[in-house]
Amino acid sequence: MTTLARKFNDTDPNVRFLEEVSERTAGVSRLEMCIQCGTCGGSCPSAADMDHTPRMLFALIRAGMREEALSSNTPWICVSCYHCVVRCPQDVHIADVMYTLKSMAIQAKLYKDSTAPDFSQTFVDMVETYGRSYEFGLATRHYLKHFPLRMPSMAPMGLGMLSKKRMDITPKRIEGIEQLKAILARAKQLEVVS
Amino acid sequence: MNKYLFYPGCSMDTSARAYNESLMAIRDVLEIDLAEINDWNCCGATEYLGINLIPAYALIARNLALATKQANGTRTVVASCSACYLNLAKADHYMGEREALNVHVNDALAAGGLSYKPGSLEIRHLLDVIINDIGLDFVRSKVVKPLKGLRVAPYLGCMVPRPDYKKRWSDHEHPNELDRLLKALGAEVIDFPLKTHCCGGHMTQISPSTAFELIRRLLQSADQYRADVMVTVCPMCQMNLDAYQRETNQHFHTNYQIPILFFTQLMGVAFGKEPKELGFGRELVKANQAMSRIGVETPTEEPKVQPRRKKPTGLPMPTMPGEAVEEE
Repeated sequence: MTTLARKFNDTDPNVRFLEEVSERTAGVSRLEMCIQCGTCGGSCPSAADMDHTPRMLFALIRAGMREEALSSNTPWICVSCYHCVVRCPQDVHIADVMYTLKSMAIQAKLYKDSTAPDFSQTFVDMVETYGRSYEFGLATRHYLKHFPLRMPSMAPMGLGMLSKKRMDITPKRIEGIEQLKAILARAKQLEVVS
Repeated sequence: MNKYLFYPGCSMDTSARAYNESLMAIRDVLEIDLAEINDWNCCGATEYLGINLIPAYALIARNLALATKQANGTRTVVASCSACYLNLAKADHYMGEREALNVHVNDALAAGGLSYKPGSLEIRHLLDVIINDIGLDFVRSKVVKPLKGLRVAPYLGCMVPRPDYKKRWSDHEHPNELDRLLKALGAEVIDFPLKTHCCGGHMTQISPSTAFELIRRLLQSADQYRADVMVTVCPMCQMNLDAYQRETNQHFHTNYQIPILFFTQLMGVAFGKEPKELGFGRELVKANQAMSRIGVETPTEEPKVQPRRKKPTGLPMPTMPGEAVEEE
């Protein structure tokens, strides 16, 4: 669709990187349509904290620089605000490409700071166990591991949330949890195949 | 009476309890029937999408499949949380756009005896339904206590007006729907320039300084416009701006005290409901002072005496403009 990889049957994974990212994105990524205009970075509220602006990241992807792209903090700092998405003159599905890059970085073990991947994974573990999110369990596990020093300044907020009944100490479990587990188990097999 | 299938999402039972309580309290006035989707599961927020593609979409699609089975005289699913709304809409949209995703997700759903055909449901946010189905004339006709004199910052956040697959909103960046609703309630609505900017999302958990900066921008702007309260349509936005306002103040040495309420709470007040049944008092930044300006008494707990952090005999500390200098 985009690179010549398919035509010449080039097996170098770096040559096929753009194609792979597109392939693993939910909708039609349109990533190959990027004209490097920089509207995305200019619209981004958190660009200041990123290793690369989205535009730079897309250039890395197209250049086949897999390791640089997957070790960048950019997808993890993306706040999914979709400002860049609605402004992009080429309709690139930027936010969805960021999700793809996160999952690829986790699988390739290339992103060094584990804070964000751990948070996502812990959240997902809770959802896979109970079928609902479980904020109390998530917050305690996450803060103990990644922000122990932040706990004192968080305490008033946590107590406030508990006393105002805005956080449950025990998790809620859906009735069809076995059904959900069966669906997710099958989905994970399909993930590996595609 | 308009009938809808209702996807509340996890927060409505916990952090956004006030949203749920106020919505339930105004249901009758709005004449809407919300049938909760039986045994719905978490939508995965923004977390699952960044881990595994097919499981993330299968998780969302289970809800759509359950909703289809339950569809009784309606095919419209209403979500109150912006992130849930977007995830449900996104699954429906991308399953329709990309056949491979549709096939894989349905293959996974089949393992649980379910299926979903993209396009068979209409996914909408609660605000959209109130504006476009119920209509502002109807809302206006139900107002018994106009919110005259209350300066409100309308804060819509990101995921309702963007990416907006079905083009339902007046604008991606400066939509006027929430403004118009609040004006219909009689409130004084500021022209809030950051109305669709980001609240920080899950960054409060993984990169706090990134989140605090985004929260600060919103609070500062609302404060500059002298807003009494900020109104949100999303549990995540409310949580970040309300529960993390204290930590944001600590981080920047500021002293913002802006109550963050759900739009349904203000609708309830204007409809003459008791503040107690509208979830007032659950906010961490107290709303009672702001609400008392329009003669509404909202419940609050007795303020506990906090231990003094600074000794009065200590070195003089710089104060922010507008911050009262403490005197012993």
